Amino acid sequence: MSDLVLEVRNLNAWYRETDARGRRIRHDVLYDVSFELHRGEILGLVGESGTGKTTLVRNILGLVDTHTGEIVHYTKRPQMIFQDPLSSLNPAYTVGWILEEPLRIYGKYDAPERKRRVAEIVELVGLPADCVTRKPRELSGGQRQRVSIGVALIQKPSLIIADEPVSALDVTIQRQILELMRSLRDEYRLSFLFISHDLNVVYQLCDRVMVMKKGRIVEQNTVAELFSNPREEYTKTLLAAAD
Amino acid sequence: MKKRNYFLIFGLLISTVVVLFILLGYFWTPYDPMKMNGAVRSSAPSLAHLMGTDKFGRDILSRVMKGAGASFFVAFGTVLIGTVVGTVVGALTGYFGGWLDEVLMRFNDALSAFPSFLLALVLVSVLGPGRRHLLLALGIVFIPSYARIVRTEFKRARSQNYVKSAQIMGAGTARILFVHILPNIWPVLLSAITIGFNNAVLAEAAMSYLGIGVSPDEASLGYMLSDSQAYLSVTPWYALGAGLVIVLLILGVGLIGEGLQRKDI
Repeated sequence: MSDLVLEVRNLNAWYRETDARGRRIRHDVLYDVSFELHRGEILGLVGESGTGKTTLVRNILGLVDTHTGEIVHYTKRPQMIFQDPLSSLNPAYTVGWILEEPLRIYGKYDAPERKRRVAEIVELVGLPADCVTRKPRELSGGQRQRVSIGVALIQKPSLIIADEPVSALDVTIQRQILELMRSLRDEYRLSFLFISHDLNVVYQLCDRVMVMKKGRIVEQNTVAELFSNPREEYTKTLLAAAD
Repeated sequence: MKKRNYFLIFGLLISTVVVLFILLGYFWTPYDPMKMNGAVRSSAPSLAHLMGTDKFGRDILSRVMKGAGASFFVAFGTVLIGTVVGTVVGALTGYFGGWLDEVLMRFNDALSAFPSFLLALVLVSVLGPGRRHLLLALGIVFIPSYARIVRTEFKRARSQNYVKSAQIMGAGTARILFVHILPNIWPVLLSAITIGFNNAVLAEAAMSYLGIGVSPDEASLGYMLSDSQAYLSVTPWYALGAGLVIVLLILGVGLIGEGLQRKDI
């Protein structure tokens, strides 16, 4: 299929740690994880903390490389949105500088062109134009998350990995950010890998959902199907807990 | 409403005066600081000699102006060497960890295991006397403390999401270290620099006091203090003049450091 953005095949991942006695030990985290992500699709990933969601993300992003199996990117490197934008936006710089930084790194554009693109993105993610002169901590939580979406977008990715992007925000702001992500998907056919423990949010936003338990994907289905007709016991308990 | 930062204001004020005093002394002094004048030996402060004269009839104000410059030069150079080398070592070890960290930090430990003063003495005696060698010796002695401070900060920053974010953007390591992380540790580094500057002034004064490093014809404040103590009862203004400038130099920079720390960041 030509519209794939990411394919993960039989991924086993682990990390190494030094135990109390100073021996190097290996922690297995992911077992035989396989899934596909298509263009314009929002794929949810749910599961309790400690099941390996973050390890999966770190491997997909190439931040760690301790795995067997295959991770195939059909497009440029994916971008990432973190749960707490205050920690992912460099506190020493202004929003304008932060948004411009990816463009500086790739060095394709001159300064006026960079400024123009930053202004474009600021408008696209629904931030006030004057926010470029402010520092992240001077913005509200929702605005900050818009900035980090902007940082991801300015690099024109096909896939954005969002790790609990709205769980630190209150409900009205949550809805606005979800709305923004949905409109980006609709307009630019962006794909999202959306990690959340909040099944409500997943239900609102995602097309398909994967349920992860102890490093394995136990169930994978469309949102409608999974929520109305969960097959695995574990999924049922998760759904029951969310009510 | 922002509260006035008096520490910063007074610090900058005092430091500006001292720096102007030093700069002026570089180009012009009321008298030749080396010229002896038998007619005005050991004279108390007067309009002609604002800080009095020493027992050879040399104008103390002129000597202090030159001496402050010597002290400032050494302290500035010391901090420069310590900060630059210490920051690079600390950044690399803190960010990368692993064997690089082990090797460089054990070297660092070895350097700081010696009493710093003794180490500087040894280095000066190896390198030979002279202001530049003193500066180099003190600079080397200052490296470990900066490296340690910077390393801690970089180690903390390494796991921050804004660093991960820069990695995902594809920023190079040098860019992550010095463009993304360094500005965030400025407040810590800056206060270490101001404290270090004051320690360097005192270290230089102490070394010169012992007669090590700076030769008599380029007398620094410390050298003058040691020179003056023999005549403390006869010409107390000599010690007072030199001491006063050391105090002002340190007070100014110390207040700036304090002020910068109190500034909301």
